[in-house]
Amino acid sequence: MDGIQAWFVQQFTELKDKFILCFIDGDRWQWIFDGLLNTLKITLFAGLIGVLIGIIVASVRSSYDKNSESLALRGGFGYHLLRFINGICQLYLTVIRGTPVVVQLMIMYFIILKSSTNGVFVAVITFGINSGAYVAEIFRSGIMAVDAGQFEAGRSLGFNYVQTMRYIIIPQAFKTVLPTLCNEFIALLKETSVAGYVGISDLTKAGDLIRGRTFEAFMPLIAVAIIYLVLVVILTRLVGVLERRLRRSER
Amino acid sequence: MKKVISILMAVVMVFAACMLFSSCTKTEDEEENSTNEAASQESTAMTAKEGVLVMATNAAFPPYEYKEGDSFAGIDVEIATKIAEKLGLTLEIQDVEFGSIIGGVQSGKFDMGVAGMTVNEERLQSVNFTDSYATGVQVVIVNEGSAIASLDDLKADGSMKYGVQQDTTGDIYSSYSVDEGGFGEENVIRYKTGADAVQALKSGKVDAVIIDNEPAKSFVAANEGLKILDTEYAVEDYAICIAKENTALLDAVNEALAELKADGTLQQIINKYIPASLEDSSAA
Repeated sequence: MDGIQAWFVQQFTELKDKFILCFIDGDRWQWIFDGLLNTLKITLFAGLIGVLIGIIVASVRSSYDKNSESLALRGGFGYHLLRFINGICQLYLTVIRGTPVVVQLMIMYFIILKSSTNGVFVAVITFGINSGAYVAEIFRSGIMAVDAGQFEAGRSLGFNYVQTMRYIIIPQAFKTVLPTLCNEFIALLKETSVAGYVGISDLTKAGDLIRGRTFEAFMPLIAVAIIYLVLVVILTRLVGVLERRLRRSER
Repeated sequence: MKKVISILMAVVMVFAACMLFSSCTKTEDEEENSTNEAASQESTAMTAKEGVLVMATNAAFPPYEYKEGDSFAGIDVEIATKIAEKLGLTLEIQDVEFGSIIGGVQSGKFDMGVAGMTVNEERLQSVNFTDSYATGVQVVIVNEGSAIASLDDLKADGSMKYGVQQDTTGDIYSSYSVDEGGFGEENVIRYKTGADAVQALKSGKVDAVIIDNEPAKSFVAANEGLKILDTEYAVEDYAICIAKENTALLDAVNEALAELKADGTLQQIINKYIPASLEDSSAA
């Protein structure tokens, strides 16, 4: 019995020493804190940019998908313009979804935004553009999933195309895509962990730094993992609440 | 509230389970080590895998170690090959991140770390080092035409950023606060490789790169418009790191190093990668 107790006490002191070494000595918790702030900053702003790009690209793509046949019959400038923009959107989706985000980040940092000295800004732009591609397809799937009858009903009630989209299709589509959208934000949050590749001090990099300085792998890695986990749990909760509020109208 | 508590409990339990598991495996390792040590009294089984000497390095640090096609080359690689030859073992090279080398050596994943590694107090707490086989000099690389002409021009007031390779001595020294002789955490940008730091210097993201002298020379030779400041930033000794328990291997490697030094092989290897002319020009 004493042996077991001694063992536990020893484990606890070891754990405590490691904790002090990893987070208290040299104020290393400051790295974690600053890293967390950077991770949140990148995720939040990249998410906003992603949604913005997503809405634009999804509108173009779904308008084209829904109307290309009737517009092709009519022909004219409008049709060709829409076809051109749709082509650009498709190119964007292909390139962004076809290349790893780490590579995109390095291309942005070392080539395109070469003159920028603000790493976090480069990361926000990169992850925003990257996330936009996925969000666009999520929105498009939501819009296409709304029954065609809804659209026809709107049009026969005298709504024009934009009004039908604004008042009938989008609200229903939004509810459908919410879980997938939440998924995308979770993925985005975790994807920002590659920001350390270009010298940005995000949460993962902070854990990495502590690991490199203390040669202690357990504490920093588990701490970083728990922080990510808590963030994702909070995010999931918030989306859950939003989902429940939106479902009220169904009753 | 109940749910929150139950989630917390779950996290704590997972944590505890991890701890238990890791400490259990540790004791097993220790047992293994002790049997290894017992065995080494009779034969030469001082490595984890019999007949194989596993070396960890970060192959992005020319001329000490770098990739050449599919294989590795550099001063460290050749020295390690010679040591393995002397010990009658086959050398196996693992290319890992610099910051993972000491942890891996400690846990017995690698037998030794040979990565142009400087001996310092912090590292000595975790591993043992062999006798030094080379002298490392930390220098400052700047763009030609930069306002920085000497070490005195390096400022820590936030107007200048410094690029380093993460976890190297250049990183550790320059990250110290101003009072401790560094430039302060917030003015240092840490890259995964030295080449990334140099790339950032060229595009003006950092004002200077603090890095080891030998890779610095290679970088400056390969990139136009860069120069190394005349004064060194710091001077230190390079050595091979080996796990604390494995004193048998430490002694064997030290012996092999002494022989290599005595018969001039060590100097030959260094001269092969660092031509005397380059060394002269840096001394001038």
